[in-house]
Amino acid sequence: MRATVLVRPKEGILDPQGQAVESSLRQLGFAVDEARIGRVVDLEVEAADASTARAQVERMCEQLLANPLIESYEIELLEGAG
Amino acid sequence: MTSPQPRIGVLRFPGACDDRDALWALAALDADAVFVWHSDTELPDVDAVVLPGGFSYGDYLRCGAIARFAPAMEAVVDFADSGGLVLGICNGFQILCEAGLLPGVLRRNESLSFVCRDVPLTVERSDTPFTTRCEEGQLLTIPVKHGEGNWYADDDLYEQLEARRQILLRYAGPVNGSRNDVAGVVNERGNVMGLMPHPEHAVDPLLGSADGALILSSLVESARSRTLTAV
Repeated sequence: MRATVLVRPKEGILDPQGQAVESSLRQLGFAVDEARIGRVVDLEVEAADASTARAQVERMCEQLLANPLIESYEIELLEGAG
Repeated sequence: MTSPQPRIGVLRFPGACDDRDALWALAALDADAVFVWHSDTELPDVDAVVLPGGFSYGDYLRCGAIARFAPAMEAVVDFADSGGLVLGICNGFQILCEAGLLPGVLRRNESLSFVCRDVPLTVERSDTPFTTRCEEGQLLTIPVKHGEGNWYADDDLYEQLEARRQILLRYAGPVNGSRNDVAGVVNERGNVMGLMPHPEHAVDPLLGSADGALILSSLVESARSRTLTAV
């Protein structure tokens, strides 16, 4: 089963990468108020069903993929794929 | 009678680059310093452990995030849990934070630039095993060299750390965007310390400063007194 994890800097957490990109976009003439930079992790998970897969990916996020002090995460499961 | 040399293990991760300097500095300060390979599941019989700087496992995902799961790190966590002295320098600090042995997290520098220079630091406490040779309020000059030294804790955590006096070193001026200029912290029990500056690069006046030796020799002395107590 295919899963996509989106890891984002938490609301209110300073994101200097996002700020640098935001100011570059403005220099290019785009009207941008904010840019925040996160990370995408695409996974191919072996699991019998969607709820097992989701539970597994949640554990991956808690243990490794995100640092809960500064990052939030979202999990998307693509059922039928893989 | 000569007092016994304390044995101090220096962890070697793939991608570490300051392991030799750490070993050399500890040996120069009269410790029996030995390397510990990252895939070892047990620590040799040591009185203290140092996690050196570098870019363990390429710092993929987040700095320290992968190294935290190295087999040797499980042994380090057990060692720390049983009261053993653990010092993390730079990448070692990042690893200890990711492993949950130290509070907070190290993020990209606010400037997004790598910082590499001597920085002045204030010692907040001299009553920990890592600062016995320092004085409270003392100003030390020790180099930093990092891209991700911007220490962060949220308001609740930061207040707790202040109340428990877990902030050990502060930059005397802004360096990387670190919250309240925190440069080094200690765990609640006082046996695990992490700092971004590199004391192992400042143990001889020839290198510009010997102030790093105050931190490392505090560790060596504390490890030695533990050896003596054990005997």
